[in-house]
Amino acid sequence: MAVTTAGGESAPKVALLNDPKIRAWIVQIVLLVALVWLAWVGIQNMFDNLRAANISSGFGFLSRNAGFAISQSLIEYEQGTSTYGRVFIVGLLNTLLVAVVGIVIATILGFVVGIARLSNNWVIARLATVYVETLRNIPLLLQIFVWYFAVLRFLPDRRDSLSLGFLGQLNISGWYAPKPIYTDGIYVVLAALLIAIVGIVILARWARKRQEATGERFPVFRTAVAAIILLPLIGYFIGGMPLSFEYPTQGNFGPRGGARVYPEFIGLLLALSTYTGAFIAEIVRAGILGVNKGQTEASYALGLRPGHTLRLVIVPQALRIIIPPLTSQYLNLTKNSSLAVAIAYPDLVSVFAGTALNQTGQAVEILLMTMLTYLTLSLLISAFMNWYNAKMALVER
Amino acid sequence: MKSIIKGLLGVSVLAMAGGVASAATLEDVKSRGMLKCGVSQGLPGFSNPDSGGNWSGLDVDLCKGIAAAIFGDASKVEYVPLSAKERFTALQSGEVDLLSRNTTWTMSRDTQLGLYFSVVNYYDGQGFMVRNDMGITSALQLSGAAICTNTGTTTELNVADYFRANNMDYELVAFEKADEVVAAYDAGRCDVYTTDQSGIYAQRLKLTNPDDHKVLPEVISKEPLGPAVRQGDDVWANIVKWTHFAMLQAEESGVTQANVDEMKGSEDPTIKRLLGSEGEFGTPLGLSNDWAYQIIKAVGNYGETFARNVGPDTELKIARGQNALWTNGGLQYAPPIR
Repeated sequence: MAVTTAGGESAPKVALLNDPKIRAWIVQIVLLVALVWLAWVGIQNMFDNLRAANISSGFGFLSRNAGFAISQSLIEYEQGTSTYGRVFIVGLLNTLLVAVVGIVIATILGFVVGIARLSNNWVIARLATVYVETLRNIPLLLQIFVWYFAVLRFLPDRRDSLSLGFLGQLNISGWYAPKPIYTDGIYVVLAALLIAIVGIVILARWARKRQEATGERFPVFRTAVAAIILLPLIGYFIGGMPLSFEYPTQGNFGPRGGARVYPEFIGLLLALSTYTGAFIAEIVRAGILGVNKGQTEASYALGLRPGHTLRLVIVPQALRIIIPPLTSQYLNLTKNSSLAVAIAYPDLVSVFAGTALNQTGQAVEILLMTMLTYLTLSLLISAFMNWYNAKMALVER
Repeated sequence: MKSIIKGLLGVSVLAMAGGVASAATLEDVKSRGMLKCGVSQGLPGFSNPDSGGNWSGLDVDLCKGIAAAIFGDASKVEYVPLSAKERFTALQSGEVDLLSRNTTWTMSRDTQLGLYFSVVNYYDGQGFMVRNDMGITSALQLSGAAICTNTGTTTELNVADYFRANNMDYELVAFEKADEVVAAYDAGRCDVYTTDQSGIYAQRLKLTNPDDHKVLPEVISKEPLGPAVRQGDDVWANIVKWTHFAMLQAEESGVTQANVDEMKGSEDPTIKRLLGSEGEFGTPLGLSNDWAYQIIKAVGNYGETFARNVGPDTELKIARGQNALWTNGGLQYAPPIR
């Protein structure tokens, strides 16, 4: 068989097996088949062994009822009538909650501390150094215990709650916040809020274009604050005051009802965000130091104040250095949230790969599901950060 | 995280090794020269390490007894501390030969997890502990309480059933390790600590002021605690089962650690069969004929280990109750050795 090259000249005849292209393909295919076969035999063998050892397998358990309680749940969960499938969702949502809030706090904290470390103020710079060097050098699990039991020790007894006035009550079992109760009119408020946000975005674009064109400035920030408060407020009255709050009442064992923020959540959140914040601070510092000093000097020479210099000149350039390692920190925080199991926070590992695993005994299925879930979460975060990174990349004009 | 790793280990062992649950546990133990016994991570009276790393307790004595029966040496045990969550995977994957870890015998564990339970070395029931100053006298007053417990136990399910049946609500705070449960309860995070009653008495000792806490009278479940082995190895299951029975029979016949040598010369045929001077009872198990003598020589009879580990003279101060011999109105009963 003749292989013709792009030029059309006939190449020297070679045996099929000696053609490097075809040979490469064959090697790839053989390798793939071998891998699939190995995986298949492994899985087959596992199920054979499970069956031989009389251990139940399959995913049927997901629709069976789970007979245990979960303290914190973002969706309706009723012990005894909710399924193991729902336990999975409850755990996943709790993991997401602590991860998302933790990422936000860690990022803010990291940026503040990272910049503070570069401050000319000796005390602030030293404090930031002490924070970073202490927190990132102590194992996270220990920090979680310290935060959790510190939170517990710090808060008053269950039957001796600290009243926060209209903010509810606080005790060792957490924060009993007022719970919003709304009627259908709430949609008017939400619509008003949406209009306000869309309006602000449009306004900001228009203002920037106008400034670029004419140099005239528009007080966007003040207008935005006014719109975001006033519009929903107007909606609130038009909708017939659809929002009220349910306050915790006094029960035998301390307050009852209201919206709960559990101390396990607070402890875990504090530990995760301060720990990861320390790493982010170093990344931010590295990013800023990575921007040529000439940029600062040029900015000062143009008459920009230090705040503006940082915000308009340094940080946008530093971000390009910061984002890739920041992604790793977000992934770390999300995965580290599985340490929740140590302090009774009902995250995915605790309730699903923990309690549910133990009650059903189906370790293989549950661990596979849990691993795939973490993998998916991590890949999603990576994908988002890569998109953001591409968006932030140097645009050459 | 650790348990995930252990779980994964279990998974991979199950995936790779053909027939871990093969019927050769005794051979494995003999060739290894060590019995691997899965115990708790520290439960006074049942399985608890001292400051020198020496384990003691009722469950530990069963491990020692089995080691004595096999090797004639009660010290040939490797204790593997397991959390409630890890324990079954550890046994299924062959990481331990036997689980002697205050584990409740339930039907689903017996039939769906590939485990085999055969004897009950401690009859227990789940109870509640509260602070004295709360003025609670009955578990029925606990509606709205925050309850601390261990994850991965029957306890969680029993509480759920009990509160549902009595139309009460509660807040469950479930930790993986018992030490954190105690610490959180001690700090006041929960109003109630719940686990098996024996466990409550044991954990109460770890509180700052044990006397400020009391155990409520209600026992809300049956908790038959006993050793578990893998299914499909009847010889091994028999060794575990008959080690317990030998300790019961010894108590019933008045054979103690102190008088066992003397009793070897006894004319009582029951004692003769037990101690191996008449008949062949050890060899069919793959053990020496004086297997029961070795057990009693090493750890004493059931009554002795009970008294030494959890009885009225220990810190736990637990009465024999249901764990008395059948001859004294209890539930502990050994089939005859003949």
